[in-house]
Amino acid sequence: MTRRTGAALLGAALATVALPAVAHADTLEAANNGVLPQSVAINSIWVMVAALLVIFMQAGFAFLEIGFSRAKNAGTVVAKILTNFSIAGLMYWAVGFAFAFGAGELMGTSGFFLNDYGDPQEAFAVMGLSDATIETKWLFQFSFCAVSLAIVWGTTLERIKFGVYIIYAIVFAGVIYPIASHWVFGGGWLQNNLGMQDFAGSTAVHLVGATGALAVLLQLGARRGKYGSDGRPRAIPGHSMPLFGLGVLILWLGWFGFNPGSTLGALDGRFPEVALVTMLAAGAGVLASIATAYWKTGTIDIGMSGNGAIGALVAITAPSGYVEAWTAPVIGAIAGVIVPLGVYAIDRRLDDPVGALTAHGLCGVWGTLSCGIFTSPRLAEYNAFGDGGLIYTGSFGQLGTQALGIVVVFAFVLTVSYVTFWAIKKTYGLRVTADEEEAGLDISEHGMYGYPEQFIPAPELVGYSAAPGRVPPRETPRGASTPKEVPVT
Amino acid sequence: MKKVEAYIRHEAFEPIRMDLLHLGFPSLSISEVKGSGRQKGITERYRGAELTNWLRPKVKLECVVATRDVPTIVDTILKHARTGEIGDGKVFVMPVEEAYRIRTGESGEETLQAHPEVAAEATA
Repeated sequence: MTRRTGAALLGAALATVALPAVAHADTLEAANNGVLPQSVAINSIWVMVAALLVIFMQAGFAFLEIGFSRAKNAGTVVAKILTNFSIAGLMYWAVGFAFAFGAGELMGTSGFFLNDYGDPQEAFAVMGLSDATIETKWLFQFSFCAVSLAIVWGTTLERIKFGVYIIYAIVFAGVIYPIASHWVFGGGWLQNNLGMQDFAGSTAVHLVGATGALAVLLQLGARRGKYGSDGRPRAIPGHSMPLFGLGVLILWLGWFGFNPGSTLGALDGRFPEVALVTMLAAGAGVLASIATAYWKTGTIDIGMSGNGAIGALVAITAPSGYVEAWTAPVIGAIAGVIVPLGVYAIDRRLDDPVGALTAHGLCGVWGTLSCGIFTSPRLAEYNAFGDGGLIYTGSFGQLGTQALGIVVVFAFVLTVSYVTFWAIKKTYGLRVTADEEEAGLDISEHGMYGYPEQFIPAPELVGYSAAPGRVPPRETPRGASTPKEVPVT
Repeated sequence: MKKVEAYIRHEAFEPIRMDLLHLGFPSLSISEVKGSGRQKGITERYRGAELTNWLRPKVKLECVVATRDVPTIVDTILKHARTGEIGDGKVFVMPVEEAYRIRTGESGEETLQAHPEVAAEATA
């Protein structure tokens, strides 16, 4: 990151803090007077627990990406996750939450800085079904924004400049995600006027993230060495399957906050059912993915077992609050078949190191469409959005609505993201140099290795060698020449 | 008989290996080595403190060939390993007294003979 970018960021951060932004104490007064309903506390606790589970998913994304990267690019993921998570928090507080959940068909306009919104139940009407405190709902919805942002970077590993993360994160968490998610599940036109169903965000979170991932990948290009001179893809194996597996399991655990938490409360008794549906789909997804990969390659693929879990979880995200339990294994299993086939097909042309385009993109599309097939009429009525699916009603109406929603969101996010990345490419640049890519982002972008012992010979790690330029050349260790380049004679 | 020993960049190895294979020289060994030369060190900055890393990673490529084949091998290495920047590496050629093929016990230059059938396979 350049010094100028850093100064601009600091300025922006100070400006946000300087604004008078006292959170509306909507519950404190009631509690002091002894009239705070217990339901507020109970629902808030469940949504808070769910938010913390979703926040834990950041660790899942970190380990998944680290495991699928080479060891020379492991440390940068840590810095990226922490930076992006922080930017998402500040931006979502400043403008994102207001755009996403304030009232309005195209975008919300109330609740900037969580301030001056009046009665939260009216200002954020789409979440009015729950009386959990607004700060709880904010944390929960922010954690979704952070997940969506984390998905974007799956396609960019091992070659992107660090500053790109920062610039795009501001636009994404401030504008792109809030507006797209507003349309789909924030009370916007796709949801309210057309009746699009997306319970926890197969489209609003996962497809949005994957579309951003596609937009950057199209302009970033493949890693050096990914495609041979004959144009055929080559494997660039990640350095740690155990870390990848840990990441998948953390994400899986986090999904029990992601989907069941989207009930936004505990007292309606819906959340355990949603958790059951989530688990059934993920299990079916792993098995179907392993079977499909075995059928195509003859090996039991470790990476595909994990991608299958993620793909199925993404797929069940939209229907998790709309379908009966028996449909969950069907939805998950189909996602499990999509994952390996999608990864193999995309890998021929596009270098997507973690399979984000398939797991979050294709499976997000499938999950959203599956509502149009499997949504139970009783749950459509309960959630008050859309109608029953094809198998109950015999009508393609809901399926068409789902498809329209997918196309609209995809087109919007792709356009805005593509333009944003294009502007970044023209000014700051997207990609590190070939030499930096060869050396690894850890040393070239951060000046340090994620695994020093692996890159610095043991005799040099004892710490006797001097910093460059601090000692005369004569005294450099083991008779080496000066650290400066010596001109060729 | 000569042994060619080359210290090269990692990314130079694959094209060299492919060319040598096509030319009928599939037999070689490599090692991951670290060494210092004119190329400057890398300074790692760890939480504000510095650590200079003088030894840079290189690939050491070794192969033993008949004396008449030495120019072919060396030219191939020079062709692919040269970027023109400091740090491209070095090639050493040294004499070899004797060679034995362990499987058959035979000795002499025929143990190093080029493998036309392998080259044919590689180009097929």
